[in-house]
Amino acid sequence: MKIKELYKELGFELLTTCPDTEVVIAYTSDLLSDVMGNAPDESALITIQAHKNTIAVASLAGINAIIICNNRKAPDEMIEAANNENIAILKTPLSQFEASIKVAKTLGIY
Amino acid sequence: MIKKIIPVYENNSPIVILDLLLEYKISDIMSKNIVSVGPNVIMREVKTLMKNNGISGLPVVNGKRLLGIISIEDLLNALEDGLMDEPVSKHMSRNPVVLEEQMPINFAIDYFEKYSYNRFPVLNSNKEIVGMITSRDITLHTITVMNKEIKRLEDSAKQGIRTEIGNIIRRYPVVQNDFKNAGKASSGIKKVLQEHRVNRKTIRAVATAAYELEINLVAHSLGGEIICRITDNHIEILARDKGPGIKDIDLALSEGYSTANDWIRSMGFGAGMGLPNVKRVSDIFNINSSENGTEIRIVINLPEIIKTDSTKKVQK
Repeated sequence: MKIKELYKELGFELLTTCPDTEVVIAYTSDLLSDVMGNAPDESALITIQAHKNTIAVASLAGINAIIICNNRKAPDEMIEAANNENIAILKTPLSQFEASIKVAKTLGIY
Repeated sequence: MIKKIIPVYENNSPIVILDLLLEYKISDIMSKNIVSVGPNVIMREVKTLMKNNGISGLPVVNGKRLLGIISIEDLLNALEDGLMDEPVSKHMSRNPVVLEEQMPINFAIDYFEKYSYNRFPVLNSNKEIVGMITSRDITLHTITVMNKEIKRLEDSAKQGIRTEIGNIIRRYPVVQNDFKNAGKASSGIKKVLQEHRVNRKTIRAVATAAYELEINLVAHSLGGEIICRITDNHIEILARDKGPGIKDIDLALSEGYSTANDWIRSMGFGAGMGLPNVKRVSDIFNINSSENGTEIRIVINLPEIIKTDSTKKVQK
């Protein structure tokens, strides 16, 4: 699903410019080494890690969108890095668990 | 000067396009079944021929010798002036612009740009007429060939066709606790591999290893460097630091073990998966550590380069 459709259907706030890329699956984790090692290509990362290193990992792992949970604040430098790397950042008050359920339903996985 | 309106064979055109323009000859794409008339045929008959064959111009010949071209415009003029019973030789254009069958098709494209004619007669080396070429022939041919070629490129892209690398060396200094710049070395290395179209799976493995090694230097060492050497067969990454060394290497290599402090952990690092991740994706993994520093050398093999037609040189 295109990110521009995904964030609208989820009703999550988009913090970056909207890249014209797709997300087909998601990965939920707050451990960046775990993300680096296991997150699938073209995925959305559901996490509370709201800092610039998350963008570096996402870019290396082929993650197209980052969903920041619990309304954690994303610093400007993170948003800037995401825009440079063509990665979307979405924000939600939901927890990682709740966000995962919603994303799975929206992507039609469960 | 005539301005080029078809930018297909500029110097920077893709090799595929240059290939197809230079490789195919006019004789490959011209219509060989030509409808022609003799010089004494009257204009009324020309009209019937054009109508029945759905063409807007034909060559006037004497045997195999080209005398001229008669077009629908000539026909309209004759019709207007009531000269439909006159022979074609009185109305045709003499000394028409011709192409030769051995010319590459870019000559034909040139001619269609240069002249306003819709068709050109094609002659062989004995100056005999062997065919006619229209812009329709060129369009059909180029689209057919491009279709085939792009399909082939798409298929080979799926298999991960990559270009030759040679020998590239990159050196990245890494500063202790500089989390802001962490990832620069790994994305630099990733970019080199992407530029050479290495397959995604291998890039992911290299990116994982490079990133973990880089983060290790940032989080656990007093600073150091990442040196990367990429050849056509493999990529070698050397991560070395100024200390303080790993106390128990076996423990450091077991999943879940970490010496990271809370601050490092709060950023999502220090899960004890770094070195195990590196080892998992590496084909060769060497580690040496003392209190003066740690040196980790890994090698990841790159898949073989598959030679394709698109790598061949364009002949002029």
